[in-house]
Amino acid sequence: MSAHVVPKKTYIIVWGILMILTVVTALVSRIDLGHLSAIVALAIATGKALLVVLFFMGVKYINQKMTIVVIVAGIFWLAILMVLSMADYGTRLWS
Amino acid sequence: MSDSATVADHNPALQHHFADMEQQQQASTMGMWVFLITEIMFFGGMFLAYMVYRYMYYAAFVAGSQAMDFWYGTINTIVLICSSLTMALAVRASQVGQRKALVALLIVTMLFGCAFMGIKAIEYTGHWRDHQFPGANFHFAGPDPQHIEIFFSLYWAMTGFHALHMLIGIVVVGFITFYAWRGRYGPDYHNPVENVGLYWHFVDIVWIYLYPLLYLISHKHTG
Repeated sequence: MSAHVVPKKTYIIVWGILMILTVVTALVSRIDLGHLSAIVALAIATGKALLVVLFFMGVKYINQKMTIVVIVAGIFWLAILMVLSMADYGTRLWS
Repeated sequence: MSDSATVADHNPALQHHFADMEQQQQASTMGMWVFLITEIMFFGGMFLAYMVYRYMYYAAFVAGSQAMDFWYGTINTIVLICSSLTMALAVRASQVGQRKALVALLIVTMLFGCAFMGIKAIEYTGHWRDHQFPGANFHFAGPDPQHIEIFFSLYWAMTGFHALHMLIGIVVVGFITFYAWRGRYGPDYHNPVENVGLYWHFVDIVWIYLYPLLYLISHKHTG
């Protein structure tokens, strides 16, 4: 038994992409995109989070399905919290 | 590890309620993820509160966001991403049994964590001095200060709990560094290093979302 050892190069490439995405999101924030700016910034943040989860946290290499179920269930719960709550608060002012 | 070994000479790190090291490793990883799910719930509630109030008092949140210092947020994001790299490399070093590299990388990770806390402390001092802490001393020039105060309540709560998690992370990494220095971890047993790594990366992800929400999205926007 031994853990899946990821090459150093992979981690450094992921770090490089994370740094580039940070610079991109910082630069984009200097442009007035109106309401789009939140969507663009959160899309980039989600891309960064995905890279961290898959590579740094090693989810890409987990071979135990039960752990994957736990992780997906957690993210799905978060989606329920956000989507259903905003479906409520986001439409209260409609009339 | 399972090559015809007798029960007597199992790995000393194997707890008696696990069948073998692999099962122990998988249970440890899954348990850590269950804990991280509770952390997602904890921070998720505050993120939801931020979204709801931002939607309700949009102009006030734009004004509050524009009082944030772009550079403190950006530099701290870079510091945390670098700390995540050194942490990932530290976990790798424990997997391949490089004790010295493991200790060094954990120390560098702690230093990045301390740098983050130092920058955050400078930033907090400025907000405190400028009466941007919610409560009796809160003062904000311009329209709608009571809803800008909600922005700052969420700012202090979210970054404060994030900073608390950083502090706990630094302390736990400190203990892990001590045990790593004593040579407790190697290719057969490194669950604690992996778990503290998962925690550290999770705290990094929370900041990855806090950075755009607090510092960026209203930066060039007049609402």
